[in-house]
Amino acid sequence: MSAIKKTVPSYIITIISIVVGLVWAFPLYWALNTSLSLDTNTVLIPPAFFPKPMLIDSFIYVIQNTTIVQWYINSVVSSVVVVVVVLFITMLCAYALSQIKFPGNKIIFMLILAGFMIPSATNVIPLFMQLNSLNLVNTYWGLILPQLVSPIAVVIYKQFFDQMPIELSDAAKIDGASDYRILFRIYLPMNLAITWALAIVLFIWTWNNFFWPFIIINDTPKMTIPVGITQVQSWYGIAYPRQLASAVLASLPTAILYIIFQRRVAQGVAITSGIK
Amino acid sequence: MTPVATKIAVSPVARKNIRKQWLIAFTLIAPFAVVYLTFLIYPTIRVFMLSFTNADIAGVGKFIGLQNYSRLLQDPNFWSSLWHTIYFMILCVVPNTAVGLLFALMLVRLKKTRGLVQALFFLPYILPVSVVTVIWIWMFDSNYGIINFILNTKFQWFQDEFLAMPAVSFVTIWWTVGFNMLLFLAGLENIPSEYYEAASLDGVKNGFQLFRYITWPLLWPVTSLVLLLQILAQWQIFNQVYLLTNGGPANKTRVVLQYMYVEGFQTGHGGYAATISMALFILILLTSIFQVRFLRVRNDQ
Repeated sequence: MSAIKKTVPSYIITIISIVVGLVWAFPLYWALNTSLSLDTNTVLIPPAFFPKPMLIDSFIYVIQNTTIVQWYINSVVSSVVVVVVVLFITMLCAYALSQIKFPGNKIIFMLILAGFMIPSATNVIPLFMQLNSLNLVNTYWGLILPQLVSPIAVVIYKQFFDQMPIELSDAAKIDGASDYRILFRIYLPMNLAITWALAIVLFIWTWNNFFWPFIIINDTPKMTIPVGITQVQSWYGIAYPRQLASAVLASLPTAILYIIFQRRVAQGVAITSGIK
Repeated sequence: MTPVATKIAVSPVARKNIRKQWLIAFTLIAPFAVVYLTFLIYPTIRVFMLSFTNADIAGVGKFIGLQNYSRLLQDPNFWSSLWHTIYFMILCVVPNTAVGLLFALMLVRLKKTRGLVQALFFLPYILPVSVVTVIWIWMFDSNYGIINFILNTKFQWFQDEFLAMPAVSFVTIWWTVGFNMLLFLAGLENIPSEYYEAASLDGVKNGFQLFRYITWPLLWPVTSLVLLLQILAQWQIFNQVYLLTNGGPANKTRVVLQYMYVEGFQTGHGGYAATISMALFILILLTSIFQVRFLRVRNDQ
């Protein structure tokens, strides 16, 4: 990029980037600012750029007067279960497709690839009927089961397992190791980085998933937090500090994960979109 | 046991043990296959079959042939929702791609501040959609919202027939551009720096020319991927429209998936909702085929 560097000096790009970045992220600051303000601070013209006085009353109010704690638990349980089960079953499947030669191997992989063509949103009508006939509407099962479909994870694991040196599994097999042992003692530890990247991205996706939880859960206390906070408005009318306090609470886990694992998230996004 | 000895011993056994291999593979694949068949393949077949019935939302109904499809083709609500979806795409896809590319081009130039600036651009993407919409309902509030304060206006952005869809698109770009930016960033880093050095030796000094003749063509596979992923996602747009405008004012922003939701879950026409799903499914399939035939061809040139 040396030639481009000559046309515009680096420090100008740096300054412009930081200014644009701060403007872009301003709504996040604004949400935080309002969530820490009094209702009366939100009707000022010009607007108050700092919460004065800074209060966590809205947060306390939301925690005490809504079922947000229950929504949190629902979100944590469903997201963790989805991530763990998805990684486990896709890893097993990818190992078989990558390492075991058996008739039908290629056809099964083609069928999994074909699954990419199916958009998830167009399946909600029959999925709802299916779970309704099993009495799983408004349950954890109904919430979790359809979110376990993740053919992309199989494809990614298969790519990584395909690159493992064949000598490794050969040597282990000679020592009498079973396929399960090879997978969990050799392949998994050697692909831990990609597993973490996948786990974090899957967790963020599942935590943020809106459409399916919105369809399958109607009981307010059983909602996940992204769906639950849309009910906060009907709880006490329009009150921006309280709504934004619930919004801040809803985004804390994924925001913290991102800030800690920024690189892993970037890696996970690039891998799952097929760019690396 | 020496390796040589085992190899001789194993190979005839292995032939006899094909069934055992199959059994191991089967048990490894089974858990994923059960989930995949039950919650992806079966519903896909069922949505097709339902589209020929007058089922309610419990799935109970009779076969009525092509009636749903002929109704769909004459249904002004369907066509207007389809237009709203396409209108949303027109407002969203190209700007979202352009801004993502611009941010990525800025980021590759940064050194120490890169992590920070990247986080500023990317943070909105990791928020749940309902958080994004609460933030922007407040930003766009007609009386005390900061946007109207800055513009010195009193627009009711999400209730206005002409402003609603552009405002929803704007919010979508703000929310998702970080994703496009990351893909472009990965693409830019894959362009070998020798290409730029060679070009500058050939007398191409101007940054715009370098972009035009090197960056843009080499980045095209990424650009086409970014475009495709957005179009595929936005055929299925629902959440932010539902939360910001609820399809209003007067259904002027109601998109296809919301129409399916209304038909299926609010008025209980499961069969007809399945037909709307099929229409969406076909549109998404055609988009993928179009991408393979058109965008890939440009890539080869």
